[in-house]
Amino acid sequence: MTSATLAGLVGAALVGLGLYGVIADPQLLRKILAFNLIGSGVFLVFGIVARKGAAAGLSADPVPQAMVITGIVVAFAASAIAVALTLRLSEETGATTLPPDALARPPGEGADAE
Amino acid sequence: MTEAASAIMAPAGGGLLPLPVLIPAAGVLLSFLLGGRKAERVAFGLMAVQLGVAVAIASLVWRSGEPLVYILGGYGPPLGIALRADGFSAAMLIAASLIMPAAGLYARVNFATPDEGEKRAPLVFWTLLQAIQAALGLIFLGGDLFNLYVALELLTFAAVPLVSLDGRPETLAAALRYLMFALFGALFYLLGVALLYGAYGTLDIVLLARQIRPEPAVWLAAGLMTAGLLAKTALFPLHLWLPPAHANAPAPASAVLSGLVVKGSFFLLVRLWFDVLPALPVAVPGAILATLGSAAILGGSVLALRQERLKLLIAYSTVAQIGYLFLMFPLAAGPWAAEAFSGGVMQALSHAFAKAAMFLSAGLVAESLGHDRIAGLGGAGRAMPVTFLALGLGGLSLMGLPPSGGFAAKWLLMKASVEAGQWVWAVVMLAGGLLAGGYLYRVLKPALSEQPLRLKRAPLRSREYVALTLALAALLLAFAPPAFFAFLQIGRPGAGLALR
Repeated sequence: MTSATLAGLVGAALVGLGLYGVIADPQLLRKILAFNLIGSGVFLVFGIVARKGAAAGLSADPVPQAMVITGIVVAFAASAIAVALTLRLSEETGATTLPPDALARPPGEGADAE
Repeated sequence: MTEAASAIMAPAGGGLLPLPVLIPAAGVLLSFLLGGRKAERVAFGLMAVQLGVAVAIASLVWRSGEPLVYILGGYGPPLGIALRADGFSAAMLIAASLIMPAAGLYARVNFATPDEGEKRAPLVFWTLLQAIQAALGLIFLGGDLFNLYVALELLTFAAVPLVSLDGRPETLAAALRYLMFALFGALFYLLGVALLYGAYGTLDIVLLARQIRPEPAVWLAAGLMTAGLLAKTALFPLHLWLPPAHANAPAPASAVLSGLVVKGSFFLLVRLWFDVLPALPVAVPGAILATLGSAAILGGSVLALRQERLKLLIAYSTVAQIGYLFLMFPLAAGPWAAEAFSGGVMQALSHAFAKAAMFLSAGLVAESLGHDRIAGLGGAGRAMPVTFLALGLGGLSLMGLPPSGGFAAKWLLMKASVEAGQWVWAVVMLAGGLLAGGYLYRVLKPALSEQPLRLKRAPLRSREYVALTLALAALLLAFAPPAFFAFLQIGRPGAGLALR
């Protein structure tokens, strides 16, 4: 087994584990961690792609690495927003999971109107 | 090949293309730095400039008859990134540049900065509104699939906090649920992008379209990207996040979210299937998408019929109207392709205006009555006639009755599906129109009754007219001349596809 195949398999496993966590775990913080797992798996696949570009005759292909760095920044921003919202939710209600039904009533036009 | 080459080389006039991204992005920074009342002023000033730029781009596309191209930094694809504007992107750009300031004008009351000091909600609102505009600009013009991924994420990050601006727990939960679906969608999209890059070594849309062959990696990438974008577009059965998010957001934010933000990911789906993957046989994936769309039309409308609150009803009707958008995909190849494409785009445009008008009206109803329970709307139509006129005219477009943009859209889609012999979509569209009539009747019947009603406070005339103007814009689309549809076809590789 080449190291590229191994990395590809690990990437696939990370995506799979992350997906399971996102769907199966009700805890918001764990869901966020699971999203980061999926992200890591996708970035690993991107890394393999860079190797493939090298195999295609380019001495090295830096483009996927640039994309992975951008992707990491985006994933970081996503995690920050998710954590901020989760924190706020737990401050307001004490909950660390999403309520089963969020179709709550909007009283009037909400607090912004006042 | 000369035509393809000109799509890469930059013809004159492409220099405007970075502006629809740069102007609102500069606005985000300026608003955030200056703060206070200045945030709002910056937003309005730059939205006016943005509209001018959008019109200029559209007229350049119209005059040259081919897409405008701008190569960022002078590095051409495959290494660099190109911005491209075709007829579809120019039309969407103008629609966004019109709906944004309308939502802004309406929101001036909700998000006014107090005389002394700073309030968090107004600053965040005006900043994020411009961030959405920048992200939409990038989505409509981006010519590189990875660049479009970043744009898609920017759009999400700007849209999600708008849902929870007032900080009530249920809005926080709705925003989180929205974020979960959006992140899921973005990662799937990104995985597809990685596979395409691995197979072809480029992500430029024009270059990819030339090389792509129907092979397993491409099918897998197409499936992943489509699934991801469907989650962001809230197509049935991935619509669960939409009603709570859109119904709980402040009304001007709902208008932008329902009218424009879901169209961003839909736009990318159209780009993907029509511009990147025209080499794939479209019959099976198109039929799958349209089946999901049909389920959305019927399911969303039935759920809308059962809602007790006006804003939730309108949000479920968005679920249904999104379904219509997907009926264009199985009709994408064949002599009727141009008709189907025009119909789909027309549906996106008319729904954007109509739904924005309806959410703004619903916001006025909720503020004036103190609630938005449909059972308590008795006599409201007499107390605030302009608001309900806007609501009704927007509804005309949803039902697809003439004269309205929605009628033009559904007529074109129906014609294409009959010509293609795919009758089932036409039947679904007729049923969807009837159901839409049903849920609108539920709102308008009590509103137009003679019951006496005392308003908590009368709605501001100017805000009512903002909603009415948007509703009238949705009607005006019905009178779009044939030249408009020719404009939408500019830059369509589908023109060649249709002849095959």
